[in-house]
Amino acid sequence: MTAVAPTVESGQKVVAKPERRKGTGVWARRAPLLPALLFTVVVTQIPFILTVVYSFQSWNLVRPGSQHFVGLRNYVDVFADSQFRGAMLNTVLLTVVCVVIALLLGLGLALLLDRKFLGRGVVRTLLITPFLILPAAGALLWKTTMFDPTYGLPNFVFGGETDWLSQFPLASVMAQIVWQWTPFMMLLILAGLQSQPKDVLEAAQVDGAGRWRTFASITLPHLSRYLQLSVLLGAIYIVNSFDAIFLMTQGGPGTASTNLPYYIYQRAFQGFDIGQSSAMGVIVVILTLIVATFALRLMFRAFDVSKGVVK
Amino acid sequence: MSTARRRLGPASLTTATWVIAILFVFPLIWMVLTAFKQEADAYTDPPRIAFTPTLDQFASIVGRGFLPYLGNSAFVTILSTLIVLLLGVPAAYALSLAPVPKTSNVLGFFLSTKMLPVVAAIIPLYVISQRTQLLDNVWALVILYTAMNLPLAIWMMRSFFLEVPTEMIEAGRVDGANLPTLLYRVILPVVAPGIAATALICVIFSWTEFFYAVNLTAARAGTVPVFLVGFITSEGLYWAQLSAAALLASLPVMIVGWIAQNHLVRGLSMGAVK
Repeated sequence: MTAVAPTVESGQKVVAKPERRKGTGVWARRAPLLPALLFTVVVTQIPFILTVVYSFQSWNLVRPGSQHFVGLRNYVDVFADSQFRGAMLNTVLLTVVCVVIALLLGLGLALLLDRKFLGRGVVRTLLITPFLILPAAGALLWKTTMFDPTYGLPNFVFGGETDWLSQFPLASVMAQIVWQWTPFMMLLILAGLQSQPKDVLEAAQVDGAGRWRTFASITLPHLSRYLQLSVLLGAIYIVNSFDAIFLMTQGGPGTASTNLPYYIYQRAFQGFDIGQSSAMGVIVVILTLIVATFALRLMFRAFDVSKGVVK
Repeated sequence: MSTARRRLGPASLTTATWVIAILFVFPLIWMVLTAFKQEADAYTDPPRIAFTPTLDQFASIVGRGFLPYLGNSAFVTILSTLIVLLLGVPAAYALSLAPVPKTSNVLGFFLSTKMLPVVAAIIPLYVISQRTQLLDNVWALVILYTAMNLPLAIWMMRSFFLEVPTEMIEAGRVDGANLPTLLYRVILPVVAPGIAATALICVIFSWTEFFYAVNLTAARAGTVPVFLVGFITSEGLYWAQLSAAALLASLPVMIVGWIAQNHLVRGLSMGAVK
């Protein structure tokens, strides 16, 4: 091995005695990574493997000794379960609607914040705070001060005696989730806006492009990566929404606002049906993996990982 | 500032921005006001704006046993964040400045763990915790929160590590520094602010975590969000008390978030965006 070889590759390699056998060098470099990797593999993968194992068993926690292998029966039952399908539909609806509205509101707020004005720092701090409040606190806050039929603020402002949580359960939950996630979208999009090269914007103005034209032809294309990332990350979190549903509607009335995380929780911790809830878990994982594979590819393309950070 | 922006009627746009922002956070403003009310002032029709502020509700919260929950949250949050840094800093180094083979596969694996729905893991985690005496035990949360935040922290810290100028590292090597010296003397001082920001993000996520906490803990190891759950089953309305609890529970994270707000974006986007 020549002296040049180890350093050429982006000049980042550790020059740990290149004459040594290749194997030990690689392991020396792997050593700092291994504890984190092992920990993550053990703690995150073992539960998923067990979920798969449990999903082939009939097992109810309240009936000791009920655990036995039943093959695919849990899956057959789950697919026949109309409540599961309803929960799946609610999950998709909740995720898509919340992501889209939060994204649009976030974009609007980010555009408002992307200019110099008096108290901009304060306004930004105010606007990110809904994201920082405990989600559990946010959900209870909306349940009481916003959606209470008698004392709720919207009814006070608009009049009427609407019982939001029983008349519009899913929409009410969505309102709270949108409120909580809009700041997240806003922050990401604002980062995108502020990374715009200023000279390009000024050139556009010199060329006589109007504000809308500049936005559509320069800002929006520049933002697309940031918008994609916002959708991706927002969707990952919102698909898993549990706090808001658990605390605001308990999935009700009936199953009107039950999503998959809440339904699986109910089957597991109120029905104690380990087998069936595991089968549902596996189905959710498979669906997520399909979406995630697509999303991962997007993320690796949008943010060239081999080169590291994009600014 | 460009002329177009100056022309844009800054005053009215600024006013609009302020009004929208205040409307947006109004539920929070209302929560803060309610926390200082007596219960009788908390739910009135029409809502009452003028009232004599009181600290009674905060006292009641403490009387309801809030402090042990606060202690559990602090313990779990601080400890899991420390373990994340202990495992994550070397890993981020190995994935950035001294890249291991197949770096992007490893990064992809870490990212993929964030995409798996937590609900699919909760049943085995419950069974395992039950059998290992970790049910309603703070250590279960320490382990789970570490696993929850580690991928995020590695991605985020990697993006900070990649900003260390290669010339500095080369210069260090030329001076004959070995790896520990290089890390400690050259790299750490540069990435320290990034590591601090990462830690603050981990604190936020651990403190606010709800799903594991509500399913795996109860009275003994419950964290602050679990304390709040008590309010959905409590008989009657205790809005003022609830608001005080919500405020107390959220305040640490709000402060941390305000401090870290310039780094929030990078944390939330796993380091993909500066």
